[in-house]
Amino acid sequence: MIRFTVNGAQVETDLEPDTPLLWFLRDTLKLTGTKYGCGIAQCGACTVHLDGFATRSCQMQIGDLEGAEVITIEHQGTPEAPGPVQQAWIEHQVAQCGYCQSGQIMAAAALLAEVPAPDDTQIDDALSGNLCRCGTYPRIRAAVQRAAELMREEGQ
Amino acid sequence: MSRAGKITRRALLFGTVAVAGGVALGYYVVQHPHDNPLEPRLEPGEATLNPYVLIDAEGVTIITPRTDMGQGAHSILAAMVAEELDLAWSDIRVSDGPPSAAYYNAKVAAEALPFAATDDGFLARNARAFGGSMAKVLGLQVTGGSTTVPDGFDRMRMAGAAARQMLIEAAAEVTGVARADLDTRDGHVVTPDGKAIAYVDLAQQAAGIAPPDEVTLKSPDQWRYLGQPMERLDIVAKSTGTQVYGIDIDLPDMLHATVRTNPRRGGVVRGYEASRAEKMPGVKTVVSVTGGAGVIADTTWRAMRAAQEIDFDWGEAPYPADSAQMWTQLEASFTESLQDSRFRDDGDVEAALAQAADGVLEAQYRVPYLAHAPLEPMNATARLKDGRLDIWASTQIPMYVMATAKRLTGLEAENIHLHNQYAGGSFGRRLEDDFIAGAIEVAMAAEGRPVKMTWTREEDMSHDFPRPMAVSRARGAVANGQVAALDLSLASPSVSQSQGGRVNQPMPGPDVMIVAGAWDQPFAIPDYRVTGYRAQPMVPVSSWRSVGASGNGFMHDCFLDELIHAAGADPLQERLRLCDDPLSRGVLEAVGEMSGWSGPDMGDGRGRGVAFTLSFGVAAAEVVEVSQTDSGLRIDKVFVAVEVGRVLDPVNFDNQVKGAVIWGLGHAMNCELTYRDGMTEQRNFDSYQGMRLYQAPHIEVRALENGDTLRGIGEPPVPPAAPALANAIFAATGKRIRELPLNRQVSFA
Repeated sequence: MIRFTVNGAQVETDLEPDTPLLWFLRDTLKLTGTKYGCGIAQCGACTVHLDGFATRSCQMQIGDLEGAEVITIEHQGTPEAPGPVQQAWIEHQVAQCGYCQSGQIMAAAALLAEVPAPDDTQIDDALSGNLCRCGTYPRIRAAVQRAAELMREEGQ
Repeated sequence: MSRAGKITRRALLFGTVAVAGGVALGYYVVQHPHDNPLEPRLEPGEATLNPYVLIDAEGVTIITPRTDMGQGAHSILAAMVAEELDLAWSDIRVSDGPPSAAYYNAKVAAEALPFAATDDGFLARNARAFGGSMAKVLGLQVTGGSTTVPDGFDRMRMAGAAARQMLIEAAAEVTGVARADLDTRDGHVVTPDGKAIAYVDLAQQAAGIAPPDEVTLKSPDQWRYLGQPMERLDIVAKSTGTQVYGIDIDLPDMLHATVRTNPRRGGVVRGYEASRAEKMPGVKTVVSVTGGAGVIADTTWRAMRAAQEIDFDWGEAPYPADSAQMWTQLEASFTESLQDSRFRDDGDVEAALAQAADGVLEAQYRVPYLAHAPLEPMNATARLKDGRLDIWASTQIPMYVMATAKRLTGLEAENIHLHNQYAGGSFGRRLEDDFIAGAIEVAMAAEGRPVKMTWTREEDMSHDFPRPMAVSRARGAVANGQVAALDLSLASPSVSQSQGGRVNQPMPGPDVMIVAGAWDQPFAIPDYRVTGYRAQPMVPVSSWRSVGASGNGFMHDCFLDELIHAAGADPLQERLRLCDDPLSRGVLEAVGEMSGWSGPDMGDGRGRGVAFTLSFGVAAAEVVEVSQTDSGLRIDKVFVAVEVGRVLDPVNFDNQVKGAVIWGLGHAMNCELTYRDGMTEQRNFDSYQGMRLYQAPHIEVRALENGDTLRGIGEPPVPPAAPALANAIFAATGKRIRELPLNRQVSFA
């Protein structure tokens, strides 16, 4: 039995230890905000926070997660009460198809937790592993800056 | 069941289709309205006023029958109805509605016609109208060709306006107040004494009222939504991880599956050995499907893992096995017997080239196969139970999916229910329904349980219907510092032939897409000829964002740039001098001004290129600035101007244009599908990258609204992106690159 937390809640599973966290989240926990795009850590659509770090959940086997803390897009906020990064994404109308945006938002949130006022280079470094086929990059950059602003306002 | 709306069977003829083709098709067939497809499906308490408006106790649902693939189709179509129907933005609900011929796309056929968008002659106008009539008769409910906005603009507003009149009429009957004294506001009819009656309370009454023969549409200065920035209806869900895509469908008792078919597209499966797969954890069964096999399991991961353990004996590819052989076959296509079209033949090219005093400039260009690779891998969920098939999938071709489902299951259409889903991208991929067919075949073996079938990324990329490879031979001459002659021969396999073949629909006549973005460009070159050659079919191909213009724009504009350089002229000024269409001149002038154009050389290893392509009726000009850095070429800035007649949603418009530019640039930089042993060598995003965030340039967008025709914007900014970049690289480095992707010859930072 493997035990860890997802969005603060304890989970236990006896699935094969090599099951990728991505599919455990999607198929077992029904947390479908985390997306499958490539399965080889090339697109970032499956990005979650593992013990605070932006991590590709398609590459994390649940057998390695004993005691770990996993946070997904669902924990960032809700449609009724979006979190600051989500709010910035809404204000800037970043999404087109939107499929990559959970991963983008999770990567941005991890960056902002570490660097409250990132410059464009830091944003590029943190988010360039997240592929967007629709090409929303200019809006992503603007939304990360806006999210930083919102978080600073919240912190005051 | 409420059948109060019987009279709505006379559903409005939304008279947007001229009937120039009425003689050939029969006037009645063209004029007769389709039935309202919502009527047979009404639940108790529901009423429908026309095919686009459904009202129940909760409020109004607007049927937005174009697939939302990220281009914002649902929001903009809903805005058109809501504008006339007077709905509060926050109250709008949308639905794809059932597949129906009533939702035909009257504009989608226009791009297939051999008339340039700048041609407003009698023949061109009548042919476009005829194309619309054909689409109506065939019931072509298709999302594509950048047509959602132009096709919906009149029709959706009329649907909203007609429904509003019926609701006012109903309120007049209920209150005794004269119609003329009633107004509407945010989902209510309002009486002169300020009483507000909700549409939901008038719907049943309104459904029994005959639709008006005429409606008056608001003028643009009365609009509250259209033309203003609006919050897309899906933006909150897509920013909070709550948007449900096809891949997220979850049904009670649902099983999960994946399918593998021959990666040599169209090749047979001689056999397979699945005993290892069948014994793996969670696996229910392995089933044969057309061209391969599917694994049904209790989770997607277990199905995918087990599918890798099947040993397949794949048959050979029904096309040349390697890219080198494909290029050889393609380059042999410039023969008389394969000539497909010569829509442009101005002056006397042969004579001009024979007499060219300064010699003839010759070049060969080529562009590769490209995958659509939307980030959501192809998937579909199906359930066949008690003689009823339900399908949950995202498709641009719902009527074709219905036909496929009918063919596979033998069920009648009334027992097939397609629930179209939001798509995690498409770029044309969902104009094919192969993955849905696979899901249906799997579900047929699942004993009534729903099965969600998800492809791996590797299956997705190796089983695309790519943008075809194309090759061109260009010749030209300059005289007195000007471009004097241009002769462009383009060869590629035919997309329409490939697509038509899959649905047993013959596509007679030339394929305009072989020469789109080249033959129809608004340049008054004295001796100017564009010839299309239809190469032998190879890999099955399909429509890829901007279709023929995607590669032809590169080949046409870059060679024009070569001639301008040879003439010693300025790239922007010479294009402007040659351009004989005022709207097209407008976008060229705009990018000149936006970029502060002062010639291609910017000094210090920097350069700029300009390119122009007219496609889907939209004149699009782009200026790209690049610089050489220690780590490679960097795209610094892009200036793009497009002429669309009118912008209906400035925010989404800006997003679409920038996305199309990045799409065009990213694929030009580093994307190609190559083949070895009949299979794509690229199977995932490690070898098919596109543009990354750190590579994204600053992009400035300007919309021009000088034309009197409303145009769609999803595709037109794509074609000029690649040539503008290649021309900029020439300006910065002196290196003229005549093939894509450009990273075959230069490296990018």
